[in-house]
Amino acid sequence: MKVLAYFRSLAGKFFRRSQVADEMDEELRSHVQHRADDLERSGMNRPEAEHQARIEFGGQERFKEECHEALGGNFIEGWINDVRYALRMLRKSPGFTLTAVVTLALAIGANAVVFAILNALILRPLNVPQPESLWAIERKASFVDPSQSYPDYLDIRERNRSFEDLAGYTADEAGLDTGQNPSSVWIALATGNYFDVLRLQPYLGRFFHASDEHGPNSAPYIVLTYAYWHTHFQDDRGVVGRVVQLNKHPYTILGVGPPGFHGTLVFFDIGVFVPMVNQEQIEGINNLNARGNRWVFMVMGHLKPGVTPAQAVADLNSIGSYFEKTYPKEDGKMEFQLARPNLYGDYLGRPLRAFMTGLMLLAGLILLAACANLGSLFAARAADRSREVALRLALGSTRRRILRQLFTEAVLISLIGGAVGLWGSVVLLRGLSVWQPVPRYPMHLAVNPDAKVYAVALLLTLASGFLFGAVPVRQVLQTSPYEVVKVGSSAAVGRRIKARDALLVLQITICGVLVTSSFVALRGLARALHSNLGFEPQKAMLLDTQLMMAGYSGDKVPAMQKRMIDAVAAIPGAQYVGLADQPPLHESWNPSNVFTDQTTDLRPVNAASEAIQYNVSPGYFQAAGTALLAGRTFTWHDDKNAPRVAVINQEFARRIFGSIDHALGAYFKLPDGTRIQVVGVVQDGKYTTITEVPHPAMFLPILQSPSSQTFLIVRSERDPQQLAAAMKSAVHELDPGLPFYIQPWHSKLETALFGERLAALSLGVLGMLGAMLSITGIFGMAAYSVSKRMKELGIRIALGARREEVLRAALGRAFQLLAFGSAAGLILGILAGRVLASMYRESSGDPLVLGSALLTMLLIGLVATWIPAQRALSIDPLILLREE
Amino acid sequence: MTDQAQLLPGTLDLLILKAVSLGPLHGYGVLLRIGQISGRALLIEQGALYPALFRLVRQGLLKASWGTSENNRRAKFYELTAAGRKRLREETEDWNRLAAAIGSALATRPEEV
Repeated sequence: MKVLAYFRSLAGKFFRRSQVADEMDEELRSHVQHRADDLERSGMNRPEAEHQARIEFGGQERFKEECHEALGGNFIEGWINDVRYALRMLRKSPGFTLTAVVTLALAIGANAVVFAILNALILRPLNVPQPESLWAIERKASFVDPSQSYPDYLDIRERNRSFEDLAGYTADEAGLDTGQNPSSVWIALATGNYFDVLRLQPYLGRFFHASDEHGPNSAPYIVLTYAYWHTHFQDDRGVVGRVVQLNKHPYTILGVGPPGFHGTLVFFDIGVFVPMVNQEQIEGINNLNARGNRWVFMVMGHLKPGVTPAQAVADLNSIGSYFEKTYPKEDGKMEFQLARPNLYGDYLGRPLRAFMTGLMLLAGLILLAACANLGSLFAARAADRSREVALRLALGSTRRRILRQLFTEAVLISLIGGAVGLWGSVVLLRGLSVWQPVPRYPMHLAVNPDAKVYAVALLLTLASGFLFGAVPVRQVLQTSPYEVVKVGSSAAVGRRIKARDALLVLQITICGVLVTSSFVALRGLARALHSNLGFEPQKAMLLDTQLMMAGYSGDKVPAMQKRMIDAVAAIPGAQYVGLADQPPLHESWNPSNVFTDQTTDLRPVNAASEAIQYNVSPGYFQAAGTALLAGRTFTWHDDKNAPRVAVINQEFARRIFGSIDHALGAYFKLPDGTRIQVVGVVQDGKYTTITEVPHPAMFLPILQSPSSQTFLIVRSERDPQQLAAAMKSAVHELDPGLPFYIQPWHSKLETALFGERLAALSLGVLGMLGAMLSITGIFGMAAYSVSKRMKELGIRIALGARREEVLRAALGRAFQLLAFGSAAGLILGILAGRVLASMYRESSGDPLVLGSALLTMLLIGLVATWIPAQRALSIDPLILLREE
Repeated sequence: MTDQAQLLPGTLDLLILKAVSLGPLHGYGVLLRIGQISGRALLIEQGALYPALFRLVRQGLLKASWGTSENNRRAKFYELTAAGRKRLREETEDWNRLAAAIGSALATRPEEV
């Protein structure tokens, strides 16, 4: 309150002691003096004359105010008075103020957050020059896909007449060695013209250009993004020209990109750009001539001036028919469309736009509903204050003045609520901006609020203030001072309330649905984390790396993998160590058709099943905690010279062989005709998603089916941090040039459950907002009905009504609505839960879920009606009747 | 006081303009002058004069300056501006037309209809 007092005195000094006010005082004093002079002349003594003169003059303060108004300078001073009065009124009813402020803070905060994300993702164009004419080319297949093969890219680039030029890129991880501490970095393999097509200028040095490309591995140059240069080279301007090792090949740093540019995907941060022609050095394969391999992630360019997107699409489609004629096997029929490159084209962009628009709409509706609820709260207050209003009207205040007062109060509340909401959303957005949802990948979203977000928040704040402030206007305009003062406020609760009732029931229903669904989601999530996954993510550490990054290829790969296993197994406390090309529930999986041993025509249609393939080392199953049901696991003798063998899961055994017993020792075939003997059967697990139906899986020995992609699994009781440090130094000793990433398996799993977690979180937030709306809605309605029926309740109490009778009379309707809405909400929630169940495999009829939902709704009702109930019970009929 | 007539709405401004047109006056002086020229027939609440004066100043019809009164007191004196003089002329004409019309209407006798 100190601040408030300071502000008040400052405002007072500034406005009231102003020259105008001083002069006005002096002039009026002068008038009274002159009049007193005259009166003195007519025989009065001086004090008597002055007294008389002042009386004749009339109410000084009132005329002064009128003078201010006549001067047009009254506004600010009157407004400050209004604000001061409003603050006093708000402090007098803290329950109301708190409800209103919290409601608005949540509603406006939700809008600000959603708008900031919408702004960052969709409204804000890409951070390159002339983003409006930059388009990505997408293939229209069974789903839209921006990827192209390199030869197709070259053909499209040469044959089209619509684009100024076309650039392509793809993202990958590589090992960067600057002479000390080699680390992995996310790179973009980009065509030579990439920076020129994007019309970018380097911050330092130069970019690579099309003229630097002279066939495969001809351009050993890299360009750093500004952020990567800043964090990994400490803004060292001397980096230009320095030679570093990228996947063990020498590359020259040409320059540094402009600040803020991190590739053309808004949510993905590239660190280093490498010419695409050097693909072989980086990825170990050369796909520059593979017409059918669409590994170029995206192709994009600026349209020529005057060319419309529709014309460009027609142009591209004619190239598509050329592809169909010339390369029927690899390309087939191709149709194209254009999309913005920043959100992975329409693949992500379209659903994201729809989702964000829907979310914005929802947030807007929440704000509107909040305003409606606060409006009825305000109406209740206005009804309480009708006597005060009547008195002020009777004393000569204008209706305009009173409305201004009410609006000041409404806008003041909304400003406080808006400020709190905006503060909360800024905190949230700052957190979101640095949040890496998947720590393994350089994904993050810069959603820091900008001026646009602040402007929208302010606009919404003022609009909502005026919106709910406007609800009681008619009430005030209809106030007749004589009637109110004469009979008191006993106007019947009119039919107008009906629409509000319906709105309230709707809100409670939606709240019920959301509350039930959030409980379903939460419970499902809790169960999912403890369900049988077919492996044990607790007490296991994952080290993942790509041996390519340190230059391993061919026979060196399995040798290094064996050394890694041995080195890590030597760590004290490491119980089991195993290795796989990828763990189950990874971001990607590797399905392959399998055939029965009798099948000779190995076309896909003849496949016996599809099985997910894992290439694993000996010791993998113990390390992963996957139980062996029959047979044996692998040894280091299952190598290239030994017969091909596999371990399969129960589902595989059941589907292909009928039973585990039949499976052991039996053979099946891979699409390339390889015969493989089943030597072991392990338990089923989850491989793609946590909710999948049992899926066939096969495990092949890593020596027979090598992969440089490496996940090392270490099972140990040791403290994870110590273990991680020990693993780090063990692998580092083997090869200081190999970058890797270590994390506990269960935290990787949390990433795998990202979607489910996000859905549970969103439902929780929505449920909270719904609860907030229901509380304010019921509170407003109950408060209104108590206010309107004060006199009736007083009479009931005077006639000896019991407490519960009073409560029933005062709040019966509110409780009716609450019960009706909750029942509808729970039923709908259970139905919605069926849909959710497919995501969480959770039955919505769970008594725990139902009980919690019911309890929550009851709690909401209790919180919402507490204040009005207290008020109804504390009515003193004597005071009330005396007042009337 | 009881035989004094209530002012018609809007006529106070006109009276002030007229009073000031006869020579610069301070607020109390305006009141006295109106009393004098209306033969004390009009009731003007003393305080009500000032909002009207401020309004006329804001409209640019009057201008104000501080000076010393005949009682040797500091007072704010008002005088007409060119715009004020023009407004007074127009309003006077309007008033006369209105008064004549109302007067003749009220003077009508039955046989004249």
